[in-house]
Amino acid sequence: MSTTAVLPHSPAEAWTLPSRGIIGMACLIVAESAIFIIFVVAYVFYLGKSLTGPAPRDVLQLPIFTSICLFSSSYTVHRAVSALEHSKRSACSVWLALTVLLGGIFLVGTGREWYELIYRDGLTIKTNLFGTTFYSLVGLHASHVLIGLVMLSIALLFSLRGQMTSRHTERLEVLSLYWHFVDAVWVVVFLVVYVFGR
Amino acid sequence: MATQTPTTAVLDQTRTRPLWLETVHDWVTTVDHKKIGLMYIGYALIFLIVAGFEALLMRIQLSIPNNTFVSPQTFNRLFTMHGTTMVFFVGMPILFGFGNYLIPLMIGARDMAFPRLNAFSFWISAFGGLLLYFSYLGGDGLYGMGSAPDVGWFAYAPLTARVFSPGHSTDYWTLSLLLTGIGTIGTALNIVATTICMRCPGMKLNRMPLLVWLYLVTSLMAFVAIGPLTAAQIMLMLDRYAGAHFFDTQAGGSAVLWMHFFWIFGHPEVYILVLPAFAFANEIIPVFSRKAIFGYPAMVAATVGIGFISLSVWAHHMFTVGMGSWANTFFTFATMIIAVPTGIKIFNWLATLWGGKIHFTVSMMFAAGFLFQFLIAGLTGIMLSVAPFDWQLGSSYFVVAHFHYVLVGAILFMLFSAFYYWYPKMTGRMLSEKIGKWHFWLFLIGFHLTFDLMHIPGLLGMPRRIYTYEADRGWAILNMLVSSGGFIQAIASLLFVWNLVHSYFKGAIAGPDPWDAWTLEWSTTSPPPPYNFAVIPTVGSRRPLWDLKHPEDPDSNYEM
Repeated sequence: MSTTAVLPHSPAEAWTLPSRGIIGMACLIVAESAIFIIFVVAYVFYLGKSLTGPAPRDVLQLPIFTSICLFSSSYTVHRAVSALEHSKRSACSVWLALTVLLGGIFLVGTGREWYELIYRDGLTIKTNLFGTTFYSLVGLHASHVLIGLVMLSIALLFSLRGQMTSRHTERLEVLSLYWHFVDAVWVVVFLVVYVFGR
Repeated sequence: MATQTPTTAVLDQTRTRPLWLETVHDWVTTVDHKKIGLMYIGYALIFLIVAGFEALLMRIQLSIPNNTFVSPQTFNRLFTMHGTTMVFFVGMPILFGFGNYLIPLMIGARDMAFPRLNAFSFWISAFGGLLLYFSYLGGDGLYGMGSAPDVGWFAYAPLTARVFSPGHSTDYWTLSLLLTGIGTIGTALNIVATTICMRCPGMKLNRMPLLVWLYLVTSLMAFVAIGPLTAAQIMLMLDRYAGAHFFDTQAGGSAVLWMHFFWIFGHPEVYILVLPAFAFANEIIPVFSRKAIFGYPAMVAATVGIGFISLSVWAHHMFTVGMGSWANTFFTFATMIIAVPTGIKIFNWLATLWGGKIHFTVSMMFAAGFLFQFLIAGLTGIMLSVAPFDWQLGSSYFVVAHFHYVLVGAILFMLFSAFYYWYPKMTGRMLSEKIGKWHFWLFLIGFHLTFDLMHIPGLLGMPRRIYTYEADRGWAILNMLVSSGGFIQAIASLLFVWNLVHSYFKGAIAGPDPWDAWTLEWSTTSPPPPYNFAVIPTVGSRRPLWDLKHPEDPDSNYEM
């Protein structure tokens, strides 16, 4: 039993550890993936089990244009990060603005799709199991797109005001990881809902 | 070679005692991992008393046949609140509290990776707990009448549908679990990022204390377990508020789907709760056996193994649903397999004790109780994993006895052990060993009286969740003994609380390293300063303090 505190000191060796921002975002992505998996499972489990119409085949159309917009926004956000890394600040602003625009087009597309489903086809979350699972899965994804857009817009604002420099590359990279994740989820949702489930 | 750097406590004698409001402000706005850890622990202890009180009320009701101490409705609310509180507002916060407090200290860091996220996670979890109990006041909305949720802690559909759960009590249950789930994911994320990114120089992954390893695995499991719970709660809320049909059998929805979703969370959750208990055992048993832990790599591998296997056993809670023989076979097999890594752990602890110079402090006594009782709990677990056996005893008091053997006999015993072990570090004073011995023996007697005997009414056919029973069933004497054991445990717990309070003011001064231990938290003052370490330590082995004290017998002799 010692009475004074002693700190151990061994010879130092080269010591580098991963960035906590990227590890933290990776953890968040794992947790979010678990949530999405459950919603996808529910969607697949209830495919064709609705007691009343409309069925997916009757009302869903492939959202090809908006999906291409969302997928290409992954590329533009990647270009924004690498532009910032090389201190090309105005290029970074342009790529960020393009990302926000493409993500915005996707959201508008989802909004129009929902409008038509609700007012033309009469499909709401209450209508049947398809409505229940469709709106919750696509809505969960859309809410993630919305959150991503808000954060990207804040980054764009900082970038336009010249407050973002190459020192902030890692932070923008963390945000871009989230955005890539949102895109990857859309790949799954697109395939499950619009391709295989239709 | 290790060199020594003495550090002195920074004591500012001129500073006057802060005002009461300043102290409160300090705690509410803190981002210090030690204060947040202590708040987690304090908050969990309050809920432990509340949920323990609920258990006592239920035991009074069941102590004699045809009792009318509480109404059937109240009884349903009591078991729902007891279960929910114990899992989400006692188990999780107390384990995260210890993790928050210990992990940065053990890996030689000054704080967690995301201190503000840490504070956010605590406060949102705390708010979740308050929301659950607010249902007693506001569960029926503005009509002035309250009612707690009464759907059971796993809230099977269709009980949670609007028709069967009118009012808002079930919504409070859903929201509080959703919020505390967000807090859990935040803290788990923080623990992973801290462990991976904040280790002091030399603290390689294979030199980390096993406690940190086990918390890492626990946190990774929390991501995959809490996610499904959150998803299921969102679905339930959509059902109740937006008119969705996820669990609405009238519209083709499936009640069994809720069971799957809940237990995909629920079973990993059991391991999320028990792994920190293993983590405490991994630190405490070696120190009081005066030996390095036996089989460090096997311990890590077994933990990771448990983490993976625990994700594939959930449906053993659903054998009585009728899933078909292939599913039953798979889940029986997976459940039995998990006994292998768990058995490895038990043998490693026994091998650590073997030939050691065992110091029977109160902390070690609780750890010994844990070892024995966890083994029994595991054995009844194996019994229940066999589907045909489970058809007979599913939803009986045998199941209740089994999981309380894990939760109380293993987890709570190891938590008490951890309190006796780390209280000196947290407060600077020792807990009284004399009161501690009374606490241990009384609790041990009460525990065995309650939970050993509880198996028997289960075998005799007493179902769980009944609010009373007929006198001619032959369960009366047993239930009376089970209830009286509950009261012995309550008295022992009061002794423990008294010990915590009394020792805070009157306990012997601990000094930085009262147990002659070897991990980094003992290399700083007790309680540690806000910055933890005056100089960031560097380590060259798994037991840096052992190397300092015993240069002739370096830890590298024991590493494999």
